[in-house]
Amino acid sequence: MATLESFLKDAAQGDLVPWSSQVLAAQRFDLSLATVEGTILYLDLLPARYQRNRNMISIKQQRRLFNSHAVVIGCGGLGGYVLEQLARLGVGRITAVDPDTFEEHNLNRQLLSSPRLLGHAKVEVAASRITDINPAVTVVPVLAAFGEDNGVEIVAGADVVVDAVDNVPARFALANICGAAGIPLVHGAIAGWYGHVATQYPGDTTLQKIYSRFKNGKGVESELGNPSFTPGVAASFQVAEACKVLIEEGDALRHRKLHLNLLDMEVVDVPF
Amino acid sequence: MKVCVKLFATFRNDRFKEKVCEYQEGTMVSDVIKELDLPEDQLGAVLINARHVEADQELKEGDSLSIFPLVGGG
Repeated sequence: MATLESFLKDAAQGDLVPWSSQVLAAQRFDLSLATVEGTILYLDLLPARYQRNRNMISIKQQRRLFNSHAVVIGCGGLGGYVLEQLARLGVGRITAVDPDTFEEHNLNRQLLSSPRLLGHAKVEVAASRITDINPAVTVVPVLAAFGEDNGVEIVAGADVVVDAVDNVPARFALANICGAAGIPLVHGAIAGWYGHVATQYPGDTTLQKIYSRFKNGKGVESELGNPSFTPGVAASFQVAEACKVLIEEGDALRHRKLHLNLLDMEVVDVPF
Repeated sequence: MKVCVKLFATFRNDRFKEKVCEYQEGTMVSDVIKELDLPEDQLGAVLINARHVEADQELKEGDSLSIFPLVGGG
């Protein structure tokens, strides 16, 4: 009987392994789709679903993404888009953290929300969506609010953490915990037409500086709300940053914040 | 003295985007914030010539003062 390796090599078209062969291999060898995907990449082959990645992400880097663990804090406006894009990118392990269920006022912008899912836990919907779009991803839903009390446990083992929360105290907790745990943090925040993104490595204090004047309450988002497009823009910037952190490519948004203004169509690079 | 004041995001509403303002010597950042009626609890980054400053920082002729609101939604 053929081994998994020889089965995959025989199934490859060039160096691409079609999804149908990945599924067949999982069935024939009684393995998870994730295990088969890991083996494909280990053999220097590429799951065919990633073929449009390959001119910017090498097979070695795709393997790195597969072996990576991203923790996304918040599954709302930013988080929905972040999770979607990380899963399609091929990040192998994704933890989705959020305490809430979907409510009607989420429907104008939160990618994971829909009328039939009102009342459902955001993390459960996130897990279901990720499994639907990329079943080779291992997804861990955590139904909890991130804070100083549970944060260390939640980010343990992460290669990158994405900040998609909706309040400043949780962002401070994230910055402190990721800094102490030695994990890069990709920060994003939005309000109305506006948003900003920054990447913080252990030892950096960009986020603490961004909110150094914060006393309590919310930012301008409390009066502006958020439309459908701002979360997608800011989240896409965040995923580009997370991708670069994981594959060690390009220049990160470090010691600076990119201020996004979709009303006047301005992007301002603010040093920190 | 002349100072270029740049406002960002919501701080532009009913105010301006960028304006060269005339101030007396000794004017501090906090005086400008008060004069423009910028809500203290919504203040984010404040920079003079691309360097972060505190509210008690004195302005100088030719300075460029940038004021951002606090954005925290997700």
